[in-house]
Amino acid sequence: MKLRSMAAVWAAKITEKVCVRLFHGQGATWAGKIALLISPAILSELAGQVRQGIFAICGTNGKTTVNNLLSDALKAEGHSVICNQTGSNMLNGIAAAFVLGASADGSLHADYACIEIDEGSAREVFVHFSPSHMVLTNLFRDQLDRYGEIDTTMDILNKAIGSAPQMKLIVNGDDPLSVSLALDSGNDFVTYGIDERVHTGGQVREIREGRFCRYCGTRLTYRFYHYGQLGDYRCPGCGFERPGIDFAGRNVETDGGLSFTVGGKCFHSSQRGFYNVYNILAAYAAIRTTGQKAGNFRKVLSDFRPENGRMEEFWAGDTRILLNLAKNPTGFNQNIEVLIQDERHKELIVAVNDNEQDGTDVSWLWDVDFERLGGMEALVVTASGIRCQDLMLRLKYAGIQAELEPDVEKAVLKRIEGRSKNLYVFVNYTALYDARNLLKRICEEEHR
Amino acid sequence: MRTTSEMEITIGHLYPDLLNLYGDRGNVACMMKRCLWRGIRAKTIEFNIGDPIDFGKLDIVLLGGGSDREQMIVCQNLKKIREQFRDYVENNGVVIAVCGGYQLLGKYYQTGAGRIEGLSLLDICTEQGEDRLIGNIILKSELSDIPVVGFENHGGRTYLNGYCPFGTVLYGAGNDGKSGHEGIIYKNVIGTYLHGPLLPKNSRICDWLIEKALGRKYGPVRLTELDDRLERAANAYICHRFVKKNPVLEMFMKFCSEGTKTRIAGKY
Repeated sequence: MKLRSMAAVWAAKITEKVCVRLFHGQGATWAGKIALLISPAILSELAGQVRQGIFAICGTNGKTTVNNLLSDALKAEGHSVICNQTGSNMLNGIAAAFVLGASADGSLHADYACIEIDEGSAREVFVHFSPSHMVLTNLFRDQLDRYGEIDTTMDILNKAIGSAPQMKLIVNGDDPLSVSLALDSGNDFVTYGIDERVHTGGQVREIREGRFCRYCGTRLTYRFYHYGQLGDYRCPGCGFERPGIDFAGRNVETDGGLSFTVGGKCFHSSQRGFYNVYNILAAYAAIRTTGQKAGNFRKVLSDFRPENGRMEEFWAGDTRILLNLAKNPTGFNQNIEVLIQDERHKELIVAVNDNEQDGTDVSWLWDVDFERLGGMEALVVTASGIRCQDLMLRLKYAGIQAELEPDVEKAVLKRIEGRSKNLYVFVNYTALYDARNLLKRICEEEHR
Repeated sequence: MRTTSEMEITIGHLYPDLLNLYGDRGNVACMMKRCLWRGIRAKTIEFNIGDPIDFGKLDIVLLGGGSDREQMIVCQNLKKIREQFRDYVENNGVVIAVCGGYQLLGKYYQTGAGRIEGLSLLDICTEQGEDRLIGNIILKSELSDIPVVGFENHGGRTYLNGYCPFGTVLYGAGNDGKSGHEGIIYKNVIGTYLHGPLLPKNSRICDWLIEKALGRKYGPVRLTELDDRLERAANAYICHRFVKKNPVLEMFMKFCSEGTKTRIAGKY
């Protein structure tokens, strides 16, 4: 049996190397697939060797950022951590994180594992191991063609959580959908949230998914609300309401980075995007839930440089490029918010693909509040990706002129030379790898 | 024929906070803009659950798609508007109902979890199938000179009971995945599973709705042509992508492109 595990680990490691060298791609999924083929039990064996705890990170938006931040935070406290940091979050990618992190004799030496899990894969993954903790970031409308309605996603998560009754949940208390999942599960849970009204600019016209109470169908009322359906909610019908918040963010500032306090401690991050306050709170709540003081968290936060296309910054000469994943209306509206807060001249490339991983239905583009870009003077927009035509049309009806360049690489190369020296690239999943590889290459050449 | 510039249109968007699953706002934006671009004054009134609706003041009614759970909430409220809505439809009122909204026009939608009672405006019914029918879809419809394209995602199978379909399926599943029919047309009502959303990429359908609405109010009108190059390009992209998979579609596309070449010069 031991031999089989070793074979699986070795085969995976070789596969990954070959994939990276030959195809310049990420070999993680293939490595995981091959390891599981050789030894179907490899994932549960290795996960069983994690000494202190396994965190599952679930939810629609913010998984990768929370996962990386939490992994960094645990490392900063002196722990060794296994993490699927690139965001390969289905069974094969998760298996890869474990096998690639194992030593040559097929054993694993890690205190913690931080594993982000695709909502649709949660049940399948939980067959292999039961996490000790689960972070639930939020539930928004996303890839309806894959998951069906949001109720379907909630059903899947509900069953997955149900299969792990010992698992402690760390839940976004501002999200009525996540909270109802936690309540229904009967599992122990702690909450994080933003405990005050925060003004981040204009009103967004957006779809609030959980507007109606999950329990009685009455429309929820809000004392204040942030975005999506996140806020301080209450149901006038049955009394369902936002629970007490264990890790409450207050004194939130979003000018030039993010700062806020939790339990009297002040945190600062150079990251942009109000939504990142939630991501930071989630990671902080998660590490604190293990009983650790997390004394180094502040430093972790200031050192944190996303390297996975989540608000990742690149420099080409004196042009600054900000790359971000934007794959659903709520996430995209938050991106637009970041754009609006930047008052300088700027150029924007939006790339939308409709491959399997992206979701083949692009109707969500019409739920994004592109109209808000209409008020911005100093903005040049390029529509790109496989479904650039749909994007052009969407922008036309939002009253925004845009250029068409289906090829993401060409679009980036053209706009990098632009006058503004300030380029934003918003892309969905499969466009992200291409865009990121290109930007990395350009920046490396610059520094040579 | 009158010029459209003094005309007015009021769109009633029913239950936007419940029935809004697949970019239905795009259908509203499309109707609004295509009116405004022609100098037609257009406004949209959103009605939420419990709001009284005066159908006499509406020229187009839009009913979008929602999840089964949300449809259930809506259906509990539909009884109150059923009679007025039926009068509106019988008096040639214009309706565009998409996905869940389309199902609600009928008698019922039988799901595994229970029966969602519809408006019974049309004698059609929907039953939940084993799997969901999900994917790009292309139709041939009498209302458009080019194929109608969209995306479908529905668990229900809708049976027309002899009504006229909105289109015949060239690619995709349609009403029930078997009949080759998609959607329904009855008087000035269109019901369809197509979102994407439907109207922006199928501007002829949008114009048909506007024309019918104006015609009912002011007598026959002819709408001025708009620059639809982007609309047609987005439509053509989908058609061409799936054309090789379907010989009938290929023939139809050839026929269409010959027919429209003279009208839309340049990019297509």
